[in-house]
Amino acid sequence: MIMEIDPFIFRLSIFILSIFVGYYVVWSVTPSLHTPLMSVTNAISSVIIVGAIIAALAKYGDSVFSTSSLFGYFAISLAAINIFGGFLVTHRMLAMYKKKKKEK
Amino acid sequence: MSANLSAVFYLISGVLFILALRGLSSPETSRQGNLFGIIGMVIAISVTFLSVGNFSTGFLYVLIFLIIGGAIGSFIAFKIPMTAMPELVAGFHSLVGLAAVLVAVSAFINPEAFNLGTPGNIKLASLIEMSIGAAVGAITFSGSIIAFLKLQGIMSGAPITFRGQHLLNALILISIVVLTYLLCASQSSSLFWILIGVSFLIGFLLIIPIGGADMPVVISMLNSYSGWAAAGIGFTLENTALIITGALVGSSGAILSYIMCKGMNRSFFNVILGGFGATEQSTSNKDKEQRPVKSGNADDAAFLMKNASSVIIVPGYGMAVAQAQHALREMVDTLKKNDIKVSYAIHPVAGRMPGHMNVLLAEANVPYDEVFELEEINNDFANADVAFVIGANDVTNPVAKTDPQSPIYGMPVLDVEKCKSVLFVKRSLSPGYAGIDNDLFYKENTLMLFADAKKMTEDITKNL
Repeated sequence: MIMEIDPFIFRLSIFILSIFVGYYVVWSVTPSLHTPLMSVTNAISSVIIVGAIIAALAKYGDSVFSTSSLFGYFAISLAAINIFGGFLVTHRMLAMYKKKKKEK
Repeated sequence: MSANLSAVFYLISGVLFILALRGLSSPETSRQGNLFGIIGMVIAISVTFLSVGNFSTGFLYVLIFLIIGGAIGSFIAFKIPMTAMPELVAGFHSLVGLAAVLVAVSAFINPEAFNLGTPGNIKLASLIEMSIGAAVGAITFSGSIIAFLKLQGIMSGAPITFRGQHLLNALILISIVVLTYLLCASQSSSLFWILIGVSFLIGFLLIIPIGGADMPVVISMLNSYSGWAAAGIGFTLENTALIITGALVGSSGAILSYIMCKGMNRSFFNVILGGFGATEQSTSNKDKEQRPVKSGNADDAAFLMKNASSVIIVPGYGMAVAQAQHALREMVDTLKKNDIKVSYAIHPVAGRMPGHMNVLLAEANVPYDEVFELEEINNDFANADVAFVIGANDVTNPVAKTDPQSPIYGMPVLDVEKCKSVLFVKRSLSPGYAGIDNDLFYKENTLMLFADAKKMTEDITKNL
């Protein structure tokens, strides 16, 4: 007999495995890039915008704006500040890291 | 778009985020990594639009809000000076935290949109995940605001402590657990609001007792929190991209906190409990005041360096405050023209956030292969002719190796005193962040250069 597994367990597995992936990946980040690491993690954690978009576009009565969608719209703006700001400032920093020029 | 297909795309964007972090293992691959991150984000957002499939007026508003946020973010990213990165990152953390709270609130008010049940009858597991996401998000938000204010100097960096502080915090943390339990039992919306309010309060209370010197740890810790908040919301929304990202960011922040704590020789617990710097100031300062020091001028310094064959620069945050990094690079250029080998030694807590000093040097066009971490370069001091300490203090203090009574005993320090001669640029003999005297000032081979870091560096360059 095949038993049903709660989808929650699948997500939990993904979560736990990702923690381990994160652990090993982050230890391999060179210390000189720790500041860009923080700004880029900031940008990617704003993928929470996905939830904000769902909240904003949810059908709730007839009007475009309801209490819950307003929260969503506001969250979209906040997350967008982070996404654009985070990736751009990371790019700005990384563009400054240069190798020694070959002399003569 | 079917739920399975969009789940596959979310997984892809999660993998791209992993590659984005992987790229940071070396400066060469880092730009490509950042690009992976951007692609991952574009995929996640596009898939969400397609799976909601509601291209009505609402969609237009979503784009408008997205563009408003994007414009503000881009503006900040272009304008921000590199010295202000810690404030920027703290500010960004607060936004992630607040966004998490808003999404959780919205899911609580309108659970049907997220397929979580109906108002007043939300699935138990979702409600727990939602509460965790909202609570951690709120803590991240208010904590980051305090960190931002302290870093920006709007609020004093001094720790704020009061009696019964730890007891109060413990009670509030317990009340969060109790509130979550009651909320699950009753589905009451007022309890949900109280939970969020209390979480805001605890975020605020947790960060005010932590002193300015510990900010590198605090920023890393809040980085971690923002990840856990995202993961909590990811569980609520059953979204893999968010779960993967949350876990990545959570562990990344935790590792950085650990590295920072180790660099300052403090236990994580000790930092969290706060109050450092408030009590230990008066202990060891009295008997050492009157010892003789040798001081010199730019001429002496230039003479020493001209006759050296290798020089190690030890920059600290004071260099950034004095805006001396460009002047420093010019000095180094002149030295290199005279065939003098120059390298930079960076202590893990040299800036105000992890890796901050490396960014500041990179901005001043210092090639990254001349910049070394503590473990890489510490043995070279014994063979170097001159160590040039500029804007650093505690991280060079030999007391950390010799005096078990000292508050910084055991902290990893740069072995600057092993150099043939040490040039120490500083405005006065005053102690650094840790509030203790630096033995290095009084060593035979140390020459103190009392001046503003930028001016002194420029004067030395002229004399070379």
